[in-house]
Amino acid sequence: MLNQLIKQAAADVASPSRRGFLKGAGGALVLGAMLPRTGFASEAAAPKVVGPADPRPQAFIRIAADDTVTVLVKHLDKGQGIMTGLTTIVAEELDADWAQMRGAFAPADGALYANHFFGIQGTGGSTAVANSWDELRMAGAAARAMLVATAAARWSVPASAITVEKGVVRHAASNRSARFGELAEDAAKLPVPQNVALKDAKDYKLIGNPSLHRLDHVSKTDGTAIFAMDIRRPGQVTAVMARSPRFGGTVKSVDAAAAKQVPGVLEVLTLPRGVAVVAKNTWAAMKGREALTVEWDDAKAEMRGTEEMLADYRKLADQPGNVATDTGDAAKALAGAAKVVEAEFVFPYLAHAPMEPLNATVELTPDGGCTIWAGSQFQGVEQKVAAGILGCKPEQVVINTVWAGGSFGRRATTDADYIAEAVSIAKAYGGKAPVHLVWTREDDVRGGRYRPLFLHKVKAGLDASGKLVAWRQNIVGQSFMEGTPFEAVMVKNGVDATSVEGASDMAYAVPNLHVDLHSPKSPVTTLWWRSVGHTHTAYAKEVMIDELAAAAGKDPVAFRLEMLKDHPRLQGVLKLAAEKAGWGQPLPKGKGRGIAVHESFSSFVAHVAEVSVDEQGRVTIDRVVCAVDCGQVVNPNIVEAQISGGTGWAIGHALRDEITLTGGVVDQSNFDTFQPLRNSEMPPVEVHILPSTARPTGVGEPGVPTAAPAVANAVFAATGKRLHHLPFTRSGMV
Amino acid sequence: MIRLNINGQDRDVDVPGDMPLLWVLRDELNLTGTKFGCGIAQCGACTVHMDGTPVRACQTPAESAAGTKITTIEGVSGTVAQAVQAAWQKLDVVQCGYCQSGQIMSAVALLTDNRNPTDDDIDAAMDGNVCRCATYPRIRAAIKDAAKAMGA
Repeated sequence: MLNQLIKQAAADVASPSRRGFLKGAGGALVLGAMLPRTGFASEAAAPKVVGPADPRPQAFIRIAADDTVTVLVKHLDKGQGIMTGLTTIVAEELDADWAQMRGAFAPADGALYANHFFGIQGTGGSTAVANSWDELRMAGAAARAMLVATAAARWSVPASAITVEKGVVRHAASNRSARFGELAEDAAKLPVPQNVALKDAKDYKLIGNPSLHRLDHVSKTDGTAIFAMDIRRPGQVTAVMARSPRFGGTVKSVDAAAAKQVPGVLEVLTLPRGVAVVAKNTWAAMKGREALTVEWDDAKAEMRGTEEMLADYRKLADQPGNVATDTGDAAKALAGAAKVVEAEFVFPYLAHAPMEPLNATVELTPDGGCTIWAGSQFQGVEQKVAAGILGCKPEQVVINTVWAGGSFGRRATTDADYIAEAVSIAKAYGGKAPVHLVWTREDDVRGGRYRPLFLHKVKAGLDASGKLVAWRQNIVGQSFMEGTPFEAVMVKNGVDATSVEGASDMAYAVPNLHVDLHSPKSPVTTLWWRSVGHTHTAYAKEVMIDELAAAAGKDPVAFRLEMLKDHPRLQGVLKLAAEKAGWGQPLPKGKGRGIAVHESFSSFVAHVAEVSVDEQGRVTIDRVVCAVDCGQVVNPNIVEAQISGGTGWAIGHALRDEITLTGGVVDQSNFDTFQPLRNSEMPPVEVHILPSTARPTGVGEPGVPTAAPAVANAVFAATGKRLHHLPFTRSGMV
Repeated sequence: MIRLNINGQDRDVDVPGDMPLLWVLRDELNLTGTKFGCGIAQCGACTVHMDGTPVRACQTPAESAAGTKITTIEGVSGTVAQAVQAAWQKLDVVQCGYCQSGQIMSAVALLTDNRNPTDDDIDAAMDGNVCRCATYPRIRAAIKDAAKAMGA
């Protein structure tokens, strides 16, 4: 159903007649129709704008009489700073004063706010800035032109004689000026100009300015920022849900008698996804759930443990898989290689565990629709799924997007996951009160949607001169695109692009390359996790390349540079990171330095890590240096924060985190067993940004892929030990 | 009925004595700045001050808070709190921001007792506060900046 709807939406946009109709109706979606619509995690090919621009300032900009300029931000800000970044883009072209700028989350409206990379409204794949760059610059420039035209008419002077600076429109010759708020009402009545000139990068005052603060820097330090968890509707009730301890399990029988005796418990509802306890408050709901007795039907459940799954994966890896890449003849070249290096890499299931546990509030509306408050990341999916549950039209589902306490991919699901759950409970509760569904941390850690468990077998060969001549990689891991509305775009010839990205498109020059994939099925649910396929492919590639450099007797930086002749931006970050880290300078015994470089989401990042390893195998990361090329930087302060944060994210999980199953049941449950990186473990991270005026690309995810392999390569440099199984504790590190 | 003193005001709440202070604050008193992160005192998102000492509200039964003075992010004030919040804002510490109420409450308690904390002091005081965005370097820098601003 959903699949068809999304396909239909995409077809509508692609159809010339439909496009013309929309254009006539106000231009909505015209820009969208001209942009490439690739998958969620595919590389962010630069959108090309052709023909007359449709800046649609009305969709994105609100100028109030009090002079505040509010930018409607269609992407979810879950910490990555996009509310600030996108507002900056508008402010720049508008020549606004930063102090007058505000940001607000746009409503759910796919016609106005679709992500041009997905074709539906949603956030992910580090696409937000790349997606909005043209759209918001043009919206800002068009709004500026309309303000100028209004002033010109009011003062009877030519528009060309008018200047705009810091929110003030001025005609110098007659010494007249007006603030935006004084012009906005009349300006809004003018037609939107169809051609607007955009600024040259050299003229930017706000874009690239390191002194701009985040728009949320005050509300998130005084407790006033409102997250979904903080929504309080009149009369609202709280629900928690008991779910099957095994993935794929269903409710067999429920004894709710004791739960209903818990003070504050209002109702117990059995639904397809579990048993919901509705109560007056969160504590009562949690106590009520503890008192439930539920028998689960495991007929279709995953009963294996992760060790058994891995054993199955190993067998699969030795059989031919679906081919992702095949150039030259890897088998033949390996047979003729002077030296062959082989390794098996294992990457565990990982939970996202954002600080704010999943939750949403749903209020049924008299027209048969509903209003949802959530840190909504895939409005386009959620609207349709909620409408399906309630039997209403998608536009009857109003979504109020609020700040999200992290996501790392978890809030963007192809089936609306926890939001669908909340809508189902609200429906079953009969609209008696708004329902706030809260997941506990245990629900989250045990709730699946993990970064899939992956196994890679890599075999690579060098010729007699130490040149890489062959690379064969067999990848095994679940696909989270199969069976979803994204399958048609993301899965080709049995190869899920998100499983092989970063491997099948290897940048290093190797004449004989073979990458294949098995996507075994399991009821364990999996999902994109900050930097998606690159979380494992970059690790396998960069650790393997390091081993090959050692086997060839070459310096790891020189070895990489030699094979990146056609990739100047990768070379650029590699050289910068090496230089800033003092690559080649000697280190004392017990210390080591490692490097890794990778492209993801069209951004380029290199990491150098310096580590100390003591006799017990304890690793201390002394220093991390990163270089990033993400094109034109919108906010350098936020880029630094994202790359540094991505580094901490990657290292924290690599050190010790894994989700394991025993007999199909998750072994971890909370932060005591799925242990997050803590302050004392965070190494100093230096971030160096390459100056660039190339089209901007994302930074939310690209800081992740190279951090862990750089550390692993540093551990090798210090100890001679290779870390092939993640987390590092599985490779003998503590 | 339990009488609590929250941010200088007496509040009577009709809740079971074992209801954690976290849920009293959030669900009964609508003080939502104090966050739920784990429920087992492992993440620090719910950190509040009890008679000036940082405690995890998720593991503090309401009845044990009676007779104490509870301060939450909404009520924290004074020289140290101002310096900490100003430093957090100056350095743009926050990302998703969900943990930051707790981080700030822990940092205020640290700097109230110790105007010139070393890195080890910061580790000891702040390791109970998880930030999944890993804003840790800026948290550390902001604590030092606040200490400096207060003339340590």
